[in-house]
Amino acid sequence: MKHWKSFLAATCLAALSAGSALAQSSVVIGTPGVPRHFNGAIQSGIFTFMPSANIFASPLRYTESWEPEPYLAESWEVSDDGLTVTLKLKDGVTFHDGEPLTSKDVAFSIQTIKENHPFKTMLEPVESVETPDDLTAVIHLAHPHPALLLAMSPTLMPIIPEHVYGPDNGPIRENPANLAPIGAGPFKMDEYKQGEYYKLVKNEDFFMEDKPKLDEIYVQIFPDVKSILLALERGDIDMVTFLSSPRDLARLSKNDDLVVESDLGQAIGPINWIAYNTKKAPLDKVEVRQAINYAIDRDFILNVLLQGKAPLASGPIVPGSPLANPDVEAYDVDLEKAAALLDQAGYPVGSDGMRFTLTGDTTAANEEMGRNVLQYMKAQLKKVGIGLDLRLAPDFPTWAGRISSYDFDITMDQVFNWGDPVIGVNRTYLTSNIREGVIWSNTQQYSNPKVDELLAAAATEVDPAKRKALYDEFQEIVVNDSPIYFLNVIPYSTVYKKGLTGVPDGIWGAVAPMDNMEWEK
Amino acid sequence: MDFYQRMTSTFWRLLEAFLLVMAVVVLNFLLIQLAPGDPVEVIVGEMGGATEELIAQLRVQYGLDRPVIEQLGIYVGKVLTGDLGYSYYFNTPVLDLLLQRVPATVILVMSALVLSVIVGTFAGALTAKRPDGMGSHLVTVISLVGYSAPVFWIGMMLIILFASIWPIFPVAGMYSIRRPDGFAYYLDIAHHLVLPAVTLATIYIAFYSRLARTSMIEVLGQDYIRTARAKGLSESKVGWKHGLRNGLIPIVTMVGLQFGQLFAGAVLVETVFNWPGLGRLAYESILRRDYPTLLGILLFSAVLVMIANALTDLAYRWIDPRIRKT
Repeated sequence: MKHWKSFLAATCLAALSAGSALAQSSVVIGTPGVPRHFNGAIQSGIFTFMPSANIFASPLRYTESWEPEPYLAESWEVSDDGLTVTLKLKDGVTFHDGEPLTSKDVAFSIQTIKENHPFKTMLEPVESVETPDDLTAVIHLAHPHPALLLAMSPTLMPIIPEHVYGPDNGPIRENPANLAPIGAGPFKMDEYKQGEYYKLVKNEDFFMEDKPKLDEIYVQIFPDVKSILLALERGDIDMVTFLSSPRDLARLSKNDDLVVESDLGQAIGPINWIAYNTKKAPLDKVEVRQAINYAIDRDFILNVLLQGKAPLASGPIVPGSPLANPDVEAYDVDLEKAAALLDQAGYPVGSDGMRFTLTGDTTAANEEMGRNVLQYMKAQLKKVGIGLDLRLAPDFPTWAGRISSYDFDITMDQVFNWGDPVIGVNRTYLTSNIREGVIWSNTQQYSNPKVDELLAAAATEVDPAKRKALYDEFQEIVVNDSPIYFLNVIPYSTVYKKGLTGVPDGIWGAVAPMDNMEWEK
Repeated sequence: MDFYQRMTSTFWRLLEAFLLVMAVVVLNFLLIQLAPGDPVEVIVGEMGGATEELIAQLRVQYGLDRPVIEQLGIYVGKVLTGDLGYSYYFNTPVLDLLLQRVPATVILVMSALVLSVIVGTFAGALTAKRPDGMGSHLVTVISLVGYSAPVFWIGMMLIILFASIWPIFPVAGMYSIRRPDGFAYYLDIAHHLVLPAVTLATIYIAFYSRLARTSMIEVLGQDYIRTARAKGLSESKVGWKHGLRNGLIPIVTMVGLQFGQLFAGAVLVETVFNWPGLGRLAYESILRRDYPTLLGILLFSAVLVMIANALTDLAYRWIDPRIRKT
């Protein structure tokens, strides 16, 4: 039978080609997410940011200790009043199509991001960008905006060429170059098969010497995380980014051929939490929310359900951020206190032994940090006379529709800090951001004028110590008011084959330039 | 007169097919509206949040701010001119996306179909000769297991067995990502094809073997078989030429009818094996509420099923001379 012959031959060939492929300087990354496109100036999300940070360069990049370093900008200067930021660009930088990168492109990019990027607060205070010469860009601000420096990271401020993405080429959202991007970053887009894979190749004219080290990066898209794990264990792929399941991480860390790098991406700041609908009785009473917090043993969730793989998040700012305040109410489990608070709030135990029943939302796909936590809560809350009915949404849009229209009591949620609190933290707590129909706005409908005031002041405070003090107070109040009970940092990890070095491990995790990555010789 | 009659009947059949396709389009469009959540929420979810203005802007861009009836009218109008719309999620015309994915699905579905018809028919025909023999019972048991096991489960088990424990086949995908050149590329695809095609074929092997068995038992009891034996033909010629050829008719009918189902099975198999075909695209479009893509796929498969039915008619005529003459 011919079929068998060809199949045998294929097996041999596949084995041969797998052996020789390693000799090339290439890396295959497995990812579960499909990027809508690659233009990080108008689209956010980790699956766009990862390629975008490699295709486009940005004014600054960051060290592990949150220190800015020169990238496209040789130097930068913030005026004493905090109202202007002057960037001096490196000379001789070109885009992948050979055109020079000038301050005009920087001005165009900042304007484009301000107008189109989903993170509106990021560049909101920017009034104009002046370009006195080709290598100088002066950013004028309406008020001091300390978040700007972090916003100049590769993740958030890709410098895009005006001659490709400018208004001459039609509306930017429909620009075909979003799928065939042209940047000045270490890698060029070579090929994209939608929903299957994309291939990045070395930018030979990259402006940093001896970089990038790799010739090719393939990013293969797998809709199912389990097959990514299997492919990694078999050696079909070399690296996986943004794995977060404690169960998967535990399995992979037992493998001697692999390196599991956790605790990455503090600037992304992903937090898993329990959110309360603070406008819906009985959760409109702060005592009820606190009582629920006291009834839950957070250590059990961290150490048993999440197998000690996910760090504690005690408040709204991730612990890895220099602005985090660890000294907030810890809500150590105390069932008596919980019962007392519920009595005090006016919800005595009924004849059936229960006080009231709530629903708990999550998506069916969110097992370890969603469903399991709710199931544990259900058992635990029963002890203080609160019933909890789980409501699993079949998919993300169903869940998002319920939460953003305030049709919920309690929900599991995962929200990201995205660098400075102004970008990713404020949106969850500001009264002005209670916006129906917008997921990850203030869907808890939490409102405290003092919090609004503190966040407004911190957004424009240029003195780092004073700014930290404002955020410290904010964190204390929010944890006490408890519109949210904070659980854990999502342990986004990069897992790769031994022998691969220079894997991005900074504050932006894998959404950073991979120009240092190479195979050990 | 004869010519005129044939023309009108062809015309009515074409009109019927056209109306059926339009009904499929309208029905699918309305069904999709019943799903909670909309594509913009998915896009926003992927972006990690967005402002009200951006959400409104996206809805306007995709025409989602208009009343459903108006959206339907626009969509139907576009379909009539051959435009399947623009994918919200992939930022590409739906037609391009479909054409990219069609070859993978065709390869998978066709291999599975051929495999299942050949293996199933032969297994059934062989066992029909001795309906109470050991072989017959064995095939029956295997068929039942194959028929009742969910296809994705079979796929996962095959992955565990042949991609993990005994890793002779790749886990997923249609080709190695570092793609070999020339002939090796086709071998590479064949290598990737084995597990998904076997998975998809399993159910249908069971099905065809049962069908072939029943059909053959019946055929072998017919008078013309006795005649064939009486005129001294060899047993194999009686079985294969006179028996099987007649026994094939119900199988061909089923192949035609099941074409659509095979496509449905491909959704699961493609998802499990990360096969870059229409089925996986359909699954992803549902999750992402990418309506234009999903509608395009549904429309495409409706047309495909109709073509398959027409081909079945033709195949009858080819196999059975009696039908040819009428």
